[in-house]
Amino acid sequence: MSSMDITNLTKETFARLFAAGKRFDGRGLNDIRDFEITTGVSDKAEGSARIKLGKTEVIVGVKLAPGEPYPDSRDKGNLTVSGDLLPLASPRFEPGPPEFGAIELPRLVDRAIRESKMIDLGKLTMTNGKVWTVFVDIYPLNDDGNLIDAASLGAIVALSEAKVPELNELGNVDHDVKPKKKLPISDEIAPISFSFFKLGDSIVMDPTREEEEACDARVTFGLSKKGKQYLINSCQKAGKEIFTQEEIDKIMDILPKKFDEVNEKLKKFL
Amino acid sequence: MTKEFKRPDGRKLSELRPIVAKAGVVPNADGSAMFAFGKTIAIAAVYGPRLLHPQHMQDPSTAILRCNYDLLSFSVSDRKKPGPNRRAQEISKVTEWALLPVLDLKEFPNTVIDVQIYIIQADAGTRTAGINAASMALAHAGIPMRDLVCSVAVGKLDKALVADLSKEEEDFEEGEGATDFAVAKVANSDEFTLLQLDGKIEPETVKEVTRLATDVCKEIYEAQKKALKDLVDNEREEKKK
Repeated sequence: MSSMDITNLTKETFARLFAAGKRFDGRGLNDIRDFEITTGVSDKAEGSARIKLGKTEVIVGVKLAPGEPYPDSRDKGNLTVSGDLLPLASPRFEPGPPEFGAIELPRLVDRAIRESKMIDLGKLTMTNGKVWTVFVDIYPLNDDGNLIDAASLGAIVALSEAKVPELNELGNVDHDVKPKKKLPISDEIAPISFSFFKLGDSIVMDPTREEEEACDARVTFGLSKKGKQYLINSCQKAGKEIFTQEEIDKIMDILPKKFDEVNEKLKKFL
Repeated sequence: MTKEFKRPDGRKLSELRPIVAKAGVVPNADGSAMFAFGKTIAIAAVYGPRLLHPQHMQDPSTAILRCNYDLLSFSVSDRKKPGPNRRAQEISKVTEWALLPVLDLKEFPNTVIDVQIYIIQADAGTRTAGINAASMALAHAGIPMRDLVCSVAVGKLDKALVADLSKEEEDFEEGEGATDFAVAKVANSDEFTLLQLDGKIEPETVKEVTRLATDVCKEIYEAQKKALKDLVDNEREEKKK
């Protein structure tokens, strides 16, 4: 693997393959790779998960700490999602100030979780006017494409594992007491991220790194389900190409099916 | 049912706030424009194509588009610390992606086109106003474009589909709450260049609301076109004198 930009030749090959509905690994254009999630990556974290989506691997850890509420939401805990594209995970990631990808990834995971109201932040207040800040930290270990969707699955599992720590008399976290109380999380709502990548007129899901690099645009949706209702909680388009109304309509038709498919697999790990 | 929904400022569901558009507002720039949705005011200036430094960033096959969006410190209720935060960096990037599809940059190898967008007064819809201003500024600068880009926030308040949400509407919490969907599209085709959403909305409703965006963008396009045309007319008048 090199960190060179994708060649025109490779790009043309992918364009031709996608147009014929084919992929190198034999998947169909909308097929999502199998994933495995393990928990308890770090026992110092309040909750953690490691997801393998094909060869893409991401670890997500949740930490809780007492903090000040935001002035406009004094009666709610805080959610902070951050992440770093570690140079460990890819020859393309470099040390130094964050590139845009490192800014966008946690922001998209944040918006899907926040807008879906998966975490009941109203229950994360303390008696002394402070609130809990929930830190969700995302670290890719191996980037083989579709990091955002992988990170979102990891974040859901890490959050559902997370426990609220006990406080000592000074109001600090007591690390000697094993926490038992679960984070106030909805059992019903899991906001799953689905990214659609575009090359020429073809749209593919869950690309490998090479496929992803060949694509010219991406649109990512955070989707949750409440009862029988599918709800889009977040969306962001990226890249230099356009999406037509027809393409948007098609994606809207695919989303509920894909949600059920991934959610079914995800349940095994919750 | 949805017809009964009353917007806080009395607007009809698909009614935009008053638009003000003006081209040629920064004399030093190669192109510039101002665009306002009600109280939200954005100005944009274009510099370039000009030689890109450092040299290793140059692309011999094309010019590079570089957008910078930010709020002026006093444009919001609580003073914003000057300098770009992560929100501004993200908006700068999606603005770039919103504008790139209409530009033909192949004619200007090794150069950069800088688009500077600043919000003077913020009252929701700053990124969309910024994109509208930037699109006009690029046209004013004479950058080859296949069309203008028009941008607007559409969304859902409880069950009603609305256009151009105000600040008050973004914070709406009754019923199904507020969904804010910033959209940009190529003016004369159904090609979307910006899609950015927060809230909760069903996939079927997304189909409807993107069509609403297409409808209201026509009004934005006319305002942009008129402003650019007025500028040309005025310059012609000046020359005659």
